[in-house]
Amino acid sequence: MKGKETVQNKKIPLFKKRDFQLLVGTVIFWAIFYTLTKFGMMNLYWMHIINVSLIYVILTTSLNLINGFSGQFSIGHMGFAAVGAYTSATLTTIVWNLPSHGVGPFSLFILSVILGGIAAAFIGFLIGLPTLRLRGDYLAIVTLAFGEIIRVTINSIKFVGGPRGIPGIPRFSSFTVIVIFTFLSVIVLRNIIYSSIGRALLSIREDEVASELVGVHTTYYKVLGFTVGAFFAGIGGALLAHLIQYINPLQFGFMATIYVLIMVYIGGVGSLSGSIVAAIGITFLSEGLRLGLDKLDQVTPFHVGPEWRMVIFSVLLVATMLYKTNGLMGDMEFKVLIPEEEDENAKHGA
Amino acid sequence: MQNTVLKIDHVTHYFGGLRAVSDFNMELPEGAIWGLIGPNGAGKTTIFNLITGVYIPTKGKIYFRQERKGEFYMEDITRYKPHTIVSKGIARTFQNLRIFPNLTVLDNIRIAEHFRVKYSLYDAVMRNKKFKEEEEKIKEEAMNLLKLFNLHSRTYTLAKGLPYGELRRLEIARALATHPKLLLLDEPAAGMNPKETQELMDMILWIRKEFNLTIFLIEHHMKFVMGICEHIKVMDFGETIAEGTPQEVSNNPRVIEAYLGRKKYA
Repeated sequence: MKGKETVQNKKIPLFKKRDFQLLVGTVIFWAIFYTLTKFGMMNLYWMHIINVSLIYVILTTSLNLINGFSGQFSIGHMGFAAVGAYTSATLTTIVWNLPSHGVGPFSLFILSVILGGIAAAFIGFLIGLPTLRLRGDYLAIVTLAFGEIIRVTINSIKFVGGPRGIPGIPRFSSFTVIVIFTFLSVIVLRNIIYSSIGRALLSIREDEVASELVGVHTTYYKVLGFTVGAFFAGIGGALLAHLIQYINPLQFGFMATIYVLIMVYIGGVGSLSGSIVAAIGITFLSEGLRLGLDKLDQVTPFHVGPEWRMVIFSVLLVATMLYKTNGLMGDMEFKVLIPEEEDENAKHGA
Repeated sequence: MQNTVLKIDHVTHYFGGLRAVSDFNMELPEGAIWGLIGPNGAGKTTIFNLITGVYIPTKGKIYFRQERKGEFYMEDITRYKPHTIVSKGIARTFQNLRIFPNLTVLDNIRIAEHFRVKYSLYDAVMRNKKFKEEEEKIKEEAMNLLKLFNLHSRTYTLAKGLPYGELRRLEIARALATHPKLLLLDEPAAGMNPKETQELMDMILWIRKEFNLTIFLIEHHMKFVMGICEHIKVMDFGETIAEGTPQEVSNNPRVIEAYLGRKKYA
């Protein structure tokens, strides 16, 4: 009886210090770049890169949920992003016909992004149900195939422009919008991971048979993880469409998925922090290399065009595999991303 | 008369053309400790896999005692999925430990409590009051279990960093975290020295009392089986060749033959 009493009397705060720090950090980050842009002190090109890198944070963390945390090797992630992007862009541009300078009804845009996420989640669910019986390489091949099927299907639908894509998408994805969506995505993923659902996913990665035999409905949770991952890929795709204002099926090809996959593996499988760092780092590295290699091409007699970026990425990936097998972060997290009640050090002072 | 907890009714199982288990019958009484022995490849682990739903028997039925509103009945669990069978109250450990190596000791236990957690995905995302209360509850329960098994100093250690003996204890603790009525132990004393084996015997007897369990175990260690089991079944090549009390079994010529081979008459 006494044990029961203590549980009831203990105050369980709903808002923790670390959540607060995370929120404040994000607001400061937003405020700095927002003011810089407002006063024209920020190069708009680099601002665009920041926006893109934040969208990649959403794509990478969501892929990490599937590949890193539940251990299901999926390489069709951009297919789900395509579903999200096309759903929301079709709604805003073709169905509702909002003006392309992006001052239309904002709520409709938010609605379109959410619907994009839901559409991607639905497709993810449909694909996940039969394919998640497979493991390892087999699952990879099938998800790759489904990613391509999605792309080719979109390619052949006249209503969404076929191979020409959708031009003139309103530019709703402002820096503010992207920061908010990225923040919420990371928080939601973190909350899922640090819950019984997240632990179930982790146990599937560790040992599927043992997981099933301690009572985890493995099929259900694999599909759930896959669906949630697809949902956020859809959100990311929808935001991307309303940032670059033009989408076509080629953008969501296999190489685009590989790009996200590189971020996941360099950042660290099973680490949200790693995914965030890698997504931002690699987006900037990619752009930096583009400029740097261009410069190099001009000053040296050798031909070293920006296409050499891909070579550098490959070297980076091989180097990661050789010297830092678990990626930059391994499965470690930044402290602010671990809920206090889950952090042993906070209580045991180790 | 004692109640039967688990009834295995004429179970036969084939792997392709190989008959791994043939016509296995058993009625396990409540609160008993029964043992299953036999030479390597006799089909002992297959029996466990059949009970826990990893394999579905080619022929025969498996029943497990269930309670609904104070009434007991035998439920046919033959075709249930493993996770459903766990939720009905059968837990097991493995011959070659199957701990989740890269997770903490605490998480290993909490995963076994997962199917009893009552919050939804929505509650987890919002981290609302219901979520926090449930999490507190299962954590407290897990900590209690770790204390009972003297593992609480290892709560936040990754399981792969534990020594063998503690891993064995962790696996039993994890099985108990599912609140079983029947515990299946697959070679619990494997790789243990005589002192550890003795401790394990004491522990199993204590677990049965403390958690009100029925235990069915596989073991090669004869001293262990003879010392702890009330009733022993002996298998060889998928067939039940003998059963009875430890004394009856150890004097049975067929058992001696299965283990030591036939005497040469020259």
